[in-house]
Amino acid sequence: MNYDLPPEYTALRRMMREFCEEEIKPAAKRIDHSGQVPREMLQRLGELGFLGVPFPRQYGGMGAGEIGYCILMEELNRASPSVATIVGAHIGIGVMSLYLDGSKTLQDKYMPDLCSGKKICAFALTEPNAGSDAAAIQMRATLEGDSYFLDGQKMWITNGPIADVINVLALTDPALGARGGATVFAVEREWEGYSTGKPERKMGLHGSPTSLLNFDNVRVPKENIVGQLGLGFVTFMKTLDIGRVSLGAATLGGAQAALEACVRWARTRSQFGRQIAHMQSVQFIVADMAAEIEALRALVYRTAWLVDTGRPFIKEAGMCKLLGSETASRCIDRAVQIHGALGLSRDFPLERAFRDARISEIFEGTNEIQRIVIASELMQEVGVRLRP
Amino acid sequence: MDFSLTDEQNMFRDLFRDFAEKEVAKLAEHIDRSEEPPLDLFRKAAAQGFFGAPIPEAYGGVGIDWQSYCMLAEELSKHCLSTAITIGLHTSLAALSILDAGSEEQKQNYLPSMAAAEMIGAFALTEPDAGSDPGSMSTLAEKIGDGYRLNGTKSWVSNGGIAGVFVVFAATDPKARHKGLTAFIVEKDTPGLTLGYREPTMGLRGLDIRTMYFEDCIVPEANRLGAENGGWPIILRAFDRVRLTLAAVSLGAAEASLALGVTFAAERKQFGTQIAHKQAIQNYVADAAVDIEALRGLVRHAAWLADTGQDFGRAASMAKYFGARAAQNIANKMLQTHGGYGFSDEYAISRYYRDVRALRVLGGTDEIQRYVVARAAFEEKGIRIQP
Repeated sequence: MNYDLPPEYTALRRMMREFCEEEIKPAAKRIDHSGQVPREMLQRLGELGFLGVPFPRQYGGMGAGEIGYCILMEELNRASPSVATIVGAHIGIGVMSLYLDGSKTLQDKYMPDLCSGKKICAFALTEPNAGSDAAAIQMRATLEGDSYFLDGQKMWITNGPIADVINVLALTDPALGARGGATVFAVEREWEGYSTGKPERKMGLHGSPTSLLNFDNVRVPKENIVGQLGLGFVTFMKTLDIGRVSLGAATLGGAQAALEACVRWARTRSQFGRQIAHMQSVQFIVADMAAEIEALRALVYRTAWLVDTGRPFIKEAGMCKLLGSETASRCIDRAVQIHGALGLSRDFPLERAFRDARISEIFEGTNEIQRIVIASELMQEVGVRLRP
Repeated sequence: MDFSLTDEQNMFRDLFRDFAEKEVAKLAEHIDRSEEPPLDLFRKAAAQGFFGAPIPEAYGGVGIDWQSYCMLAEELSKHCLSTAITIGLHTSLAALSILDAGSEEQKQNYLPSMAAAEMIGAFALTEPDAGSDPGSMSTLAEKIGDGYRLNGTKSWVSNGGIAGVFVVFAATDPKARHKGLTAFIVEKDTPGLTLGYREPTMGLRGLDIRTMYFEDCIVPEANRLGAENGGWPIILRAFDRVRLTLAAVSLGAAEASLALGVTFAAERKQFGTQIAHKQAIQNYVADAAVDIEALRGLVRHAAWLADTGQDFGRAASMAKYFGARAAQNIANKMLQTHGGYGFSDEYAISRYYRDVRALRVLGGTDEIQRYVVARAAFEEKGIRIQP
């Protein structure tokens, strides 16, 4: 057992922390209030190499693996969940599907620009009638000559309005359905027939744009198939499995920020003639928060280590997302409570944190789906196959 | 024991429900987006008697009992928490404090116009450094001739921007802490009173919450509410009333959230079936329904204590604490039931989720409610606990 991180990871965390404290955190309130995508920040993150953290250097990445990527997401989400969500959708599920299953040609074609932030990536799975039931997708891809023609609609797509490259799952063999009959395609924004809807109005993550994607007979050359024909569902599910680890890391950053805010406020605020730090109600809240956060940290980095060392990690990844999102929501809720009315004011960061955190229990597989994933893995060990 | 409502209570509930469904529901989303208190709606509500519901008829009110008044808060909050809370705080904190401690002249002067919503009421107690601990307030009222000179800052004054009359608390004997507080009735246009910043809040965006400044604001002795240094009992009784009112608001919000979740689950299909058939969803719904009925029991019991002239402070604190948490848990689980739609502003559940969060802070935090309940438990053992 060795819990020391190698020095390059410590350096990465220090760099990220500095960048976030200096450039992202001061802009977080403005990003939320204006609802503007912080493009200049994405560009800076790209220039510094942060948009390719987990990928090997030959693709233009930083080569820091899943552990490095978790550090990135933890630090980003401490500063701005909107920025972290854009980056997470870009790296963690967008580029990740190209990295996991894309051909060498496709990787060479797209990954360097995606890792440097010249291009932004999106992952398009959800449809109006296919949310938790992802296999219910209806989008079609029809082969004509050397090209596929894509028709249909995707919804709730993070980075939808800004993505240059969109990895999208469509049915190439509707008779077989998603499992066996669906394929992932890499689609470029400029291609004819592709358009995006208006950004959705959401409770939180106002800087992270989400929209519908419309595919109206979009021609996609065969070589833009990501992975194998008919096995796209597997590619996407693999991508989501791994994405859950870094999402857990992001929630860790949000929970940690809430704890730090509580401790500072308990020192600053006095009622009944003493700092509220001396109230047991407050002490027990911060103690519970700290314990839950340490448990989450242990789970997230151990799971990242499972990924980096090639061990099975699906069950643990589901746990990272489930435990992480619920821990973060709970910690931020407690922090709001300790701050009283100020916790509900849009002038203070906790109100934003509260709104921003809620979606983590829903997106990239609702927590109900995570429970099904974990239970399925457990039941499989005793020979029972579950259906959701 | 008889848990049924009287014919009159049933009639009032139907009236409240009808008004809320016809007049309030259609405005709720607009109120949230525009962040404007719906003054026209308030006038309509006042015409129905809703701004003076528990005020006796002699003072321009309707004179309904607590059981019915709680149902007014409940029915309004099923559609718009901002509206329910604006009316609830106007009535329970401001108007009923004047009824509780006012002279005959003060009651004649203010209650009829408050019941008519010509003067909306607000309660100015909290200060930047005096939230859960109002006894530590620093606004001063200095006796001068036949009046008082008020100086200080009040914060988080709900209805602040729309109020015509404020019940204001200030220290007349600062060394005596809570025993040295006095209540005053201060009209909006009194020189020396300035309205400040409107708080931008996560939820309850139709509620106008202000900072207020008193700079050499002269209040005539005739506008002192109750005795000099007699403010604390007025505050405590106002707390009891507002807690019961907010518990009823929680009940309405919880019921509305559950209804939204159930409707969504009945329509949304995944895995080839309505998600109503998923046990995870069924459990959320069942837990919510159990909490709602328990909360209804707490609210009805506290209202019965109030209506029969018994001390209802502990019961109101329990109902408020349980209710605020239940409303939050239920809105949270029903938002979860909506999946991604729950995070969208296009679905009402996200507004309830933002709105109900304030219930655990407003009118005494959860921590203060638990203190009240624990204090009652230890008092029986002869132990006087401090917050």
